[in-house]
Amino acid sequence: MLPNDLKFAKSHEWVKELGDGIVEIGLTDFAQNAMGSLVFVNLPEVGDSVEIEETFADVESVKAVSDVYSPVSGEVIEVNEELLDAPEKINEAAWDAWLIRVKVSEVSSELMDAAAYEQVCAEEA
Amino acid sequence: MKLVFERSKAGRGMDLFPACDVPAYDLPENLKRVVAPRLPEISEIDLGRHYTELAKQTHGVNDGFYPLGSCTMKYNPRINEEMCALPGFTKVHPLQSEASVQGSIKVLAKAEQILTEITGMDRMTFQPAAGAHGEYTGLLLIRAYHLANGNTERTKIIVPDSAHGTNPASAIMAGFKVVNIPSAPDGCVDIDALRKAVGPDTAGLMLTNPNTVGLFDRNIGEITKIVHEAGGLCYYDGANLNAVMGMARPGDMGFDCVHINLHKTFSTPHGGGGPGSGPVGCKEFLAKFLPGEMPEENNGTLTMGVPSESFGRVRTFNGNFLVVVRALTYVLSMGKEGIPEASQNAVLNANYLMNKLKGAYDMAFDRICMHEFVMTLDKLHHDKGVSALDVAKRLLDFGIHPPTMYFPLIVHEALMVEPTETESKETLDEAAEIFLKIMDEANNAPDEVLSSPHGTPISRPDEVRAARTPVLKYNFEA
Repeated sequence: MLPNDLKFAKSHEWVKELGDGIVEIGLTDFAQNAMGSLVFVNLPEVGDSVEIEETFADVESVKAVSDVYSPVSGEVIEVNEELLDAPEKINEAAWDAWLIRVKVSEVSSELMDAAAYEQVCAEEA
Repeated sequence: MKLVFERSKAGRGMDLFPACDVPAYDLPENLKRVVAPRLPEISEIDLGRHYTELAKQTHGVNDGFYPLGSCTMKYNPRINEEMCALPGFTKVHPLQSEASVQGSIKVLAKAEQILTEITGMDRMTFQPAAGAHGEYTGLLLIRAYHLANGNTERTKIIVPDSAHGTNPASAIMAGFKVVNIPSAPDGCVDIDALRKAVGPDTAGLMLTNPNTVGLFDRNIGEITKIVHEAGGLCYYDGANLNAVMGMARPGDMGFDCVHINLHKTFSTPHGGGGPGSGPVGCKEFLAKFLPGEMPEENNGTLTMGVPSESFGRVRTFNGNFLVVVRALTYVLSMGKEGIPEASQNAVLNANYLMNKLKGAYDMAFDRICMHEFVMTLDKLHHDKGVSALDVAKRLLDFGIHPPTMYFPLIVHEALMVEPTETESKETLDEAAEIFLKIMDEANNAPDEVLSSPHGTPISRPDEVRAARTPVLKYNFEA
């Protein structure tokens, strides 16, 4: 079951509203499962700006390196530095392992709810 | 097995070097080592055994079938080694006078002439030391061209999502931004997506043809036209040239510059450090920007000259020169008839093997392939929990090097098989039987596959630990 309080991008990122125009962005369980065991995560720095559908991070698994795309535009106010040393946390608990927190200026109009995203995953599986 | 340092015994050694026959030179005190280097001390026979033991733990083309997709692990004929070991090539120095190395310059000129004919280009530099280095060099050519035209707005390189990972990486290294375009359902370039992606900021397009799923892009003429009409240039990644050499030329498809991999297509050593060679060819209008020195002929004498608007150099002297000698030996011994025949056999072998496996393995694209084909084990993974990695591991037990795994990324649980023209029908038949046996095991006795390999010196290394915390040096104190 997908968490109901999240919004999803078709490129397999999730977004969680924290209030005050701040969101958390992470990778979905489908994404971590497709990538396999993660070995490295590259994250932006606090103060960097992110843009809708532009890459802001990359993750490396034993299979490949993949870009991570931002579902929002805004400014990075916090990065989950714990992941730099322990990228496996994304494999273990994708819904808890947020990558960055962003002060949002614009949210992608193409984000989906859990039901719609489930459909996307079913088509890709 | 023991590391060479663990075999070391103080005082042992061997006499590999003859006595010094030139006056000894005494280094200034400040340049001398204070502590002697900790080199292994070992007898010649023990050293020989050490390397033989290492070699036994590896798998090369001399051991067995090596169908590593996208890498063209063809046989490297021994005559290549004989030619590049000629003292006339090994005992020259790049700073010698041109008059004393006419033969070596002629090798560069002749290799350039033949390889530009095969690729449909006008000039070619041998500076780049490998494929990705060639990509970088080609992109610098594109950059130099736009800048020479006063065009600073063209900052974007278009790369399809099926491309080799080196393509976007090289584009970034060369200072461009990457625009990724999705593939069409048949794995080829999505023409509409390309039309939408091009514009006044387009510097160029990077493309492999046949592409990374082993299919020839039927729209190639239109693709290069769309990019040219938008003012961009077209770059050909020669990774898959083995499918079409002597049959179709990137230059005729509309490409402006290419790199080729001598270590793939032209039978020079590949893997284990090669060294590689990724020469870059271009059309005449780009030639003035080429890096390094190029051979020129003046009244029967060969000289090396810097192109008029050269962007600099990407390597010392003339790249991996002895690799060029090997590649030239290959093309000359194959000849005009042998080169296309090699490609035809590479394509035939891939289709033969693909058709033998078709009933048991799902093919990613049901179409006649070029020199390689991609299978998807998605269904097997889903139904039986056996992944592409597990099948690859099991192949090791049968003395087959696994195909490329998990590439291209657009195919799930991908295994990409490239037999090359080297292999006989018997080898392919045998390989097909092994592949079919493994599929049978995966369906009926999956544990046999999941716990493989059973007969290799090491079974399953911890890939995460190997990537995250590799131990790369010997710990003397331990």
